[in-house]
Amino acid sequence: MIHAQAVLATSSMIAAIVVTATAGDILTASAMRQIGDLDRIRAKSGIPGAAAAVITNGRFGLGVLCLALSFFSLLYSFSHRDLSLIGPAATSLTFVTNAIAARFFLRENVDRRRWTAAIFVCIGVALLAF
Amino acid sequence: MTFRRYLVLAVVTLTASLGDTFLARGMKSLGPVSLAHPAELIHAIFSPWVATGIVLLIGFFASYLTALSWADLTYVLPASSLGYVIMTVLAHWWLHERVSPLRWLGVLFITAGVGFVTRGPSYTDHGSGSGDHREEELMLAGEVRS
Repeated sequence: MIHAQAVLATSSMIAAIVVTATAGDILTASAMRQIGDLDRIRAKSGIPGAAAAVITNGRFGLGVLCLALSFFSLLYSFSHRDLSLIGPAATSLTFVTNAIAARFFLRENVDRRRWTAAIFVCIGVALLAF
Repeated sequence: MTFRRYLVLAVVTLTASLGDTFLARGMKSLGPVSLAHPAELIHAIFSPWVATGIVLLIGFFASYLTALSWADLTYVLPASSLGYVIMTVLAHWWLHERVSPLRWLGVLFITAGVGFVTRGPSYTDHGSGSGDHREEELMLAGEVRS
């Protein structure tokens, strides 16, 4: 019973990190796509200009909010569970959810190669639980 | 992809894994944090390990945003996958966490899977012909001509 509760608690921690990180990643990636190549903006307007272009983007603000929530979930998890479990599990699962979300929300070309990679990651994550 | 861009991806990888490891080191030294006392998380930010971890993660975020401005999210994330290996090695050798052979195998699977994807194109062209890719195409065209 205690073991089941521990598994549930670990899963909840990982789920909280994954959901908020995916929302944050999709929103920030969408914002960066909207803004354009940062190297070119920096060459034209300098670092302050590039920073201003990013910070004033509303979608970026929402993304940062989600990433901040993900960060505090991660911080909380690290104080209760091992880094080598929470770190790879959360970030790997985020990769898979990001691939799905990027396909639908960012219309990225998630081809067979990228889906195969996602399956490899899923197997890897399953192995990390042992 | 230019050498400079691979360098940016390397910075994404290193700062992410080192930042997470520093955070974990800091949180371990502070002990378990209770949800009933969320202020303890704020207090944790000012401990040296956690603060250094945050500085590294700010470096990660800056390089990550730069990478996202010229590559797909589904390219940037796997391209920086070596971080899994670095993080597990650091957890094992530095934090003295027990990492079982199956976990090592898992890390290998993840790295192989996400490394595989980096052999594909880095950006989905939605037909705008804008941004870095357009610039790269022009540069390549120039090199071909010369």
